[in-house]
Amino acid sequence: MIHFTDVYKRYPNNYEALSGLSFDLDEGEMAFLTGHSGAGKSTLLKLIALIERGSHGQVIVGNQNLSSLPKRKIPFYRRQIGIVFQDHNLLHDRTVFDNVALPLVIAGEGHREIGRRVRAALDKVGLLSKERNLPIALSGGEQQRVGIARAVVNRPPILLADEPTGNLDPELSREIMNLFEQFNQVGVTVFVATHDIALIQTLPYRQVILKQGRLDD
Amino acid sequence: MTNYLLRHLQVMLFSLGRLWRQPVASLMTITVIGIALVLPAGLFVLSENMSSLSNRWDSASQITLFLQKELTPQQAQQLSDELKEWSTIEQLHYQSAEQSLDEFRQLSGLGEVLDSLPSNPLPAIIIVEPSDEGAEKATIGKLVTQLNDLPQVEQAQLDMEWLQRFRSINKMVQRGISILAILLSLSVVLAIGNTIRLAILSRESEIRVMKLVGATDRFIRRPFLYTGFWYGFLGGLFAWVTLVLTMGLLSGPVSELAGHYGSDFSLHWFGGFLFLILPFTGAMLGISGAWLAVGRHLHLIEPS
Repeated sequence: MIHFTDVYKRYPNNYEALSGLSFDLDEGEMAFLTGHSGAGKSTLLKLIALIERGSHGQVIVGNQNLSSLPKRKIPFYRRQIGIVFQDHNLLHDRTVFDNVALPLVIAGEGHREIGRRVRAALDKVGLLSKERNLPIALSGGEQQRVGIARAVVNRPPILLADEPTGNLDPELSREIMNLFEQFNQVGVTVFVATHDIALIQTLPYRQVILKQGRLDD
Repeated sequence: MTNYLLRHLQVMLFSLGRLWRQPVASLMTITVIGIALVLPAGLFVLSENMSSLSNRWDSASQITLFLQKELTPQQAQQLSDELKEWSTIEQLHYQSAEQSLDEFRQLSGLGEVLDSLPSNPLPAIIIVEPSDEGAEKATIGKLVTQLNDLPQVEQAQLDMEWLQRFRSINKMVQRGISILAILLSLSVVLAIGNTIRLAILSRESEIRVMKLVGATDRFIRRPFLYTGFWYGFLGGLFAWVTLVLTMGLLSGPVSELAGHYGSDFSLHWFGGFLFLILPFTGAMLGISGAWLAVGRHLHLIEPS
């Protein structure tokens, strides 16, 4: 599903975030991306989400070679990827419902379909009763679950998460990971960047470990 | 297709809702735009009224014959009888020196001064209205010369000259209004552009999030364009209301003034025409301004 072949990412200040990285993630696989701060985790996710492009090498996601994807097609590519952020990235002047509905509104779904799928996603993360609230009225864990609902509402084949449990206590973190496992069980390819080693040691998934921009075997 | 239109309608109302939630700031922008639009519109109404006034006078192009002072009323009567036979003259009206004095006394209000004069300084006059044939540009000059050459006539004066001057002035005023309208339209575009620019900057993080979940540039642009539309449209309505109120305040005094000149002239409001044209123009300018801002700033905001 995700294939990195000899990927380099060099920033204008000559800092090399990724140096000849190669790895594969199969369709329907769930894996963790770990490594110290500055090891290149965020850069790797940014390359998958096409927030940035690699300097060299090949990134293929779902049969799509990202280096040849024109700029105007990026929005449509991103609709196939759900992204969960550490700081949630919710819109604070809109209700929970409207936040989760955003990807569907953008994709031009019909009114009824939006209502149905948003409620299904909110039900999945256990926040159906809070659809009318503003994000500010929710706890950190709840906000993160709204972010997850938004990431999965248009049923993307790939789910990326960047430190989704970074600000949560162990119990809430466990719940969040549990959600990701549930999505994985229905066939979604899940890739979670985290440094919560204690938590992922208890889970039976592959770990992609980065060290100074390379795979650390 | 219905879905597409429905979505546009939603964004349109959503943008209006955003303005509504910031009433003071929105009202200030709308007022600025309204004032910028009301100036050229008001001057347009003024100049159109001046044109219509001069058109009324057009048909009444006439020649005033100032008769020699020595002429007796009988001789004058004889002259007007002769002139009636001319094919270039439609009709004429004789006014004796006494009548001239009376008229002047009434219009000028200088009755007592006039009474103190030893004799009537005003001549008798004949007001000649040329026939259609005589009123043509080529022939009217000839007619004036002919009348001037009559021994009984001191001077024949065509009342068109001042009208032509009036028209030239009006033409100049209209050109000035056009220039002013262009400049003020530009200022509306820039004012709305700047407002939209600030709106874009204040929604920077929101735009980032929308791009991350797959929003196209067009989708992100749309609410800002509609915001520009609303600013311009509402500014146009504001201008219209201001203009109508101003006209209401002016129409009384204008009629009164016209009354003093014995005219039934009253202001033409162009209310319906401007009701269509002002909000429409405003909306177009608003969309242009928004487009300008969106084009310059939206692509700079990318997720990071």
